[in-house]
Amino acid sequence: MSLLEIKNACLKLDNKNILNGVSLSINSGEVHAIMGPNGSGKSTLSYMLSGRDGYELESGEILLDGQSLSDMSADERARSGLFLAFQYPVELPGVGAMSFLREAVNSRRKFIGQEEFDHLAFVKEARKEASKMFVKDEMLKRAVNVGFSGGEKKKFEILQMAMLKPKVSILDETDSGLDVDALKIVSDGVNAQRSDDNAIVVITHYQRLLDYIVPDFVHILSEGVIIKSGGPELALEVEKNGYAGMINAA
Amino acid sequence: MVATQETINKVNEVGSAYKYGFVTDLESEKAPLGLNEDIVKFISSKKNEPKWLLDWRLKAYKKWLTMKEPDWAMVDFPKINFQDIYYYSAPKAKPKLNSLDEVDPELLKTYEKLGIPIKEQEMLAGVAVDYVFDSVSVATTFRDKLAKEGIIFCPISEAVQNHPDLVKKYIGSVIPMNDNYYAALNSAVFTDGSFVYVPKGVKCPMELSTYFRINEQNSGQFERTLIIVEDNSYVSYLEGCTAPQRDENQLHAAVVELVAMDDAEIKYSTVQNWYPGDKDGKGGIYNFVTKRGNCLGNRSKISWTQVETGSAITWKYPSCVLRGDNSVGEFYSVAVANNSQQADTGTKMIHIGKNTKSTIISKGISAGKAQNTYRGQVQIQKNAKGARNFTQCDSLLIGDKCGAHTVPYINQHTPSARVEHEATTSKISEDQLFYCLQRGLDTEQATSLIVNGFCKEVMKELPMEFAVEAQKLIGISLEGSVG
Repeated sequence: MSLLEIKNACLKLDNKNILNGVSLSINSGEVHAIMGPNGSGKSTLSYMLSGRDGYELESGEILLDGQSLSDMSADERARSGLFLAFQYPVELPGVGAMSFLREAVNSRRKFIGQEEFDHLAFVKEARKEASKMFVKDEMLKRAVNVGFSGGEKKKFEILQMAMLKPKVSILDETDSGLDVDALKIVSDGVNAQRSDDNAIVVITHYQRLLDYIVPDFVHILSEGVIIKSGGPELALEVEKNGYAGMINAA
Repeated sequence: MVATQETINKVNEVGSAYKYGFVTDLESEKAPLGLNEDIVKFISSKKNEPKWLLDWRLKAYKKWLTMKEPDWAMVDFPKINFQDIYYYSAPKAKPKLNSLDEVDPELLKTYEKLGIPIKEQEMLAGVAVDYVFDSVSVATTFRDKLAKEGIIFCPISEAVQNHPDLVKKYIGSVIPMNDNYYAALNSAVFTDGSFVYVPKGVKCPMELSTYFRINEQNSGQFERTLIIVEDNSYVSYLEGCTAPQRDENQLHAAVVELVAMDDAEIKYSTVQNWYPGDKDGKGGIYNFVTKRGNCLGNRSKISWTQVETGSAITWKYPSCVLRGDNSVGEFYSVAVANNSQQADTGTKMIHIGKNTKSTIISKGISAGKAQNTYRGQVQIQKNAKGARNFTQCDSLLIGDKCGAHTVPYINQHTPSARVEHEATTSKISEDQLFYCLQRGLDTEQATSLIVNGFCKEVMKELPMEFAVEAQKLIGISLEGSVG
């Protein structure tokens, strides 16, 4: 059984068809990349999967670990192990990063029947993970994403992923706004999470990120459908010829 | 005039009871309905007050008769019939319950969320349980410790008996009896409240809290508090309770006066969570409170911190009169109004002395159909050279049926003074909410987190344990307002 199963997903926004029958099957231990030009429906796909208000399926089905997501709210999906690393992480003024992280982690732990972290144990764990991502203690004392640099925001996203230990992670344009050094740190952070028990979906415009996070499968999304699937070599083809050729051929 | 006759009889009864040593069953005592001079006399004699205080009350009563209710606040409520109120009943007439099983389950749920111990829950809900052992021992150890430092902390009625000179000197010195309609009313009929005196050079070793005066919890609708802190001394005073009180009284008109001498500091924190009425605005407390601190001494400091989440109507402007040179006034406020609640709250900073400094941080949160107004006055008088004020008013709206209003008044009469005012209004954005949901927090948790972030500058002024409960409380007050 696959960990994430998308069956013929269709979605409209403002009466406009955005997803027109996306189907995808993702197994444990796999990394899938979804590439596509602007406006192909990549971000919509990530919002639809994570259950954002207004992004309900018109038809089709999604299963996370065999369980249908249709009737689950965004927070239930998150607690069940679906994680979205945001393209533009949102600022929460006055909300300390460390306490935010702790609330999030404990919500998930409680849901899956694990003991909640007490304050000290949590800080210890968070610091351990943070140091792997070169995230300084000082940053965790600040408010969530407030005054964070582009690199810090993305590092914090991946730190949350590491702490939440989701079953399926969707990384939405995680490479945007990153310099080469930050890109390497963030990618290493993601790679460290790869395991036989989870799956990762990388959404990106560019092949660049896929040099660091090497996918098992690459899918090309255009006008709300997957027009081509293949191995890592597909990303190189995009890099060489652009999307236009592929779209025309499809 | 049946009522009047009844009063006269009562007064006579009480008067004769004194001769025999005044042993009465307080439980059943109640003055007749309504207000007149006899009632004022009745209250005063009940409290065995000296003549000067009775005269003072009567003077206040006469002033009150000539005054009008203020109508400038942005609050709307039916006219109060002041003849339809009991002005004396000791203790407050709450229906007594025999166990927690009889308490409104909604209320219990809230207590549970706040993590309040069972015993305390019973007390708050008005369950008739005998706490004499607990409260007496707590209060006694506590008082002994304070007495060693020369600190007086007792009900004001007791202070009138034991420290009449202090009370006489300072009562009404900060808030004159005719200051406003409700203050005049309170001066005439106040039943009890707290009295604190900190002598020179003493830092009060603990936070003083009405909590420790469990037996005085029911001090009534017309509370009066007086705090005097002498040179080089410090006190932190906590008022109220984070748990909702099951209180059926409509009108609360309290008066709080603070006096700080040279280099003295008073920190006064309030968490107010009176019954706000139901979703449609039925019932609930009218909280009409006059609070003012007098920074009489040079380099004195008075700091008000308030978290106001309860009451149907809040009309409250804790203020500072900065009389001493280099004195400092601070006002940190969070006011939450949900459903049909109305809050009109803020502060006055009156700069009289040189180089006086004031800071105002106000955070207003409106949800449901609530209206939330910040009203503040900064007055820099002629001699207040080098005075400075900084005001920041932030409003947060949840939903699209509520309102936030900011009404600053600035009167400046000194060229060398500096007054800054900043105001913002924002909404909880959908992006913020979704971000939290995606991390597994439910809507209530997310709202509470965002709102508490918004209030952080104020919350950090609260004593630690208080802040934790106040945070939970804000979350609970806003339940069901999003999503």
